[in-house]
Amino acid sequence: MSSALTESGPSKPAAVPVIEIRDLSLTFATADGPVTALTGIDLDVRRGEFISLIGPSGCGKTTLLRVIADLEQPTGGRIAVNGVSPGEARLARAYGYVFQASALYPWRNIARNVALPLEIMGLDRPTRDARVRDNLALVNLTGFERKFPWQLSGGMQQRVSIARALAVEPELLLMDEPFGALDEIVRDHLNEQLLQLWAKTNKTVVFVTHSIPEAVFLSTRIVVMSPRPGRIHDVIESSLPSDRTLDIRETPEFLAIAHRVREGLRAGHSYDD
Amino acid sequence: MVPAVTAALADADLRRPPSLGIVRRFLASRFVAVSVIVVAIVAVWYVAAALLNAPFQRELDGRADADPTIIEFIESTWSQERPVLPAPHQVGQELWKTIVLTAPDSKRSLVYHGWVTLSSTLLGFALGTLLGVALATAIVHVPSLDKSLMPWVVASQTIPILAIAPMVIVVLASIGLTGLLPKAIISTYLSFFPVVVGMAKGLRSPDPINLDLMRTYSATSAQTFWKLRWPSSVPFLFVSMRVAIAASLVGAIVGELPTGAVAGLGARLLTGSYYGQTVQIWAALVTASVLAAVLVGIVGLVQKIVLRRMGIRA
Repeated sequence: MSSALTESGPSKPAAVPVIEIRDLSLTFATADGPVTALTGIDLDVRRGEFISLIGPSGCGKTTLLRVIADLEQPTGGRIAVNGVSPGEARLARAYGYVFQASALYPWRNIARNVALPLEIMGLDRPTRDARVRDNLALVNLTGFERKFPWQLSGGMQQRVSIARALAVEPELLLMDEPFGALDEIVRDHLNEQLLQLWAKTNKTVVFVTHSIPEAVFLSTRIVVMSPRPGRIHDVIESSLPSDRTLDIRETPEFLAIAHRVREGLRAGHSYDD
Repeated sequence: MVPAVTAALADADLRRPPSLGIVRRFLASRFVAVSVIVVAIVAVWYVAAALLNAPFQRELDGRADADPTIIEFIESTWSQERPVLPAPHQVGQELWKTIVLTAPDSKRSLVYHGWVTLSSTLLGFALGTLLGVALATAIVHVPSLDKSLMPWVVASQTIPILAIAPMVIVVLASIGLTGLLPKAIISTYLSFFPVVVGMAKGLRSPDPINLDLMRTYSATSAQTFWKLRWPSSVPFLFVSMRVAIAASLVGAIVGELPTGAVAGLGARLLTGSYYGQTVQIWAALVTASVLAAVLVGIVGLVQKIVLRRMGIRA
């Protein structure tokens, strides 16, 4: 259960960070002139960590995740993923990416959706089948292989997309508000499942959200970002134990961390509105 | 006990409306709706035939010194040999004679002429679809082609096909190509356009998020094409193909008109107009439109089957 946590954390400072970001900036050229999406970002993500990027819309949290995934190119600073550039890391399939929407292909059934990245990687049929079976079991969707996406609820679809990301067997999982479109009860449930999954699989997770309870409940470290220009406002180490249940949200420790996150968000916003 | 009673009541409630509404539902059905339109068209057709053929009939009667009653007069407007507008039953008789009573390999058989037109329609449609898909694929993958090629594709359709068809036939004949292929090329010319436009849209229809997903997998553009763009464009392809196959038929008929072709529905229209055989012209027109409806229907059916097999709810 706690293997993921013991491996991570400041107890092992010698370990090479999975993600190393130094003075990163990104400026988009738009029709109205340049827009600074990110500026002065410094961040190390250690192996086995669960890091949340939280902030209001426009703070660049999704952009930062996309830079890590090599979906956007930074205009300044340095970034390394697994010690190499994001582009090389992408080619080495170092990460799995979960989007805001499940992005399942409607013409593929659930099993074939999960098999999609494996087909692209050129894995043989038995390996693909085994990985599809294992990863659907991991997100509790055994028995849904032959269903089509429209036959599943939104929460189940998002679990399929998590299984699809895990099927690649990456060290790193990048999640961009994966539960943002779901109702709160489903989201709570999936948060709990995600935490179990993280403990089981030993992955490093970077998780983008704008929900304070979600960030505090899931993370070992919370990165609070503020907008215009997007930058890191505060980084909060979580003192919560690794095996958490939803009940932990009533404890003083939880509320204290949530309070600090909220303060950070408010301070980042104050000059603005 | 009480739940059983309630259930029985509910059952009765559910059963009542259909038994009451059978007549109403029949009147609202598609069959009735279509039939009413057909009857209305036939009625208008008969009235129009009587009115349009009346002047010539009056001339005939004047020459023959006949003095028909109104009923006799109207009947004779519906049975002229070369009417301005033949009555529906005259067209029906001609169709019966040339489709059922004539051997299919006879030059007087509409089945024979229909088959000639159909074969160049299908060849032209196949070529047009292939060309359209190929052009759309190129346009989507090479940004400069979108700017350089697309205007020509659009411009090609602004040229009246009747103007260009004889030249295509003449040019191809001079290099030794005659028969089926030149006509099919005119069909291709008309049918590739909707396919290019539809497929370019279809191949671009995947969400940015789906394209990003393929990028996170470091998929090659061939993989992105076959696993994402192509399946996404299938619904668009079928919509385009339904337009394209009707356009192909028009192209095949137009291709038969200026060439002095001896076979095909277009040739049938042409000889009909040379000899004033209006009944023959209308029979060929009806055959062409039935053929078009059947072809579009077949494409629609294949569309339904393919989309269902792909798991897409249409």
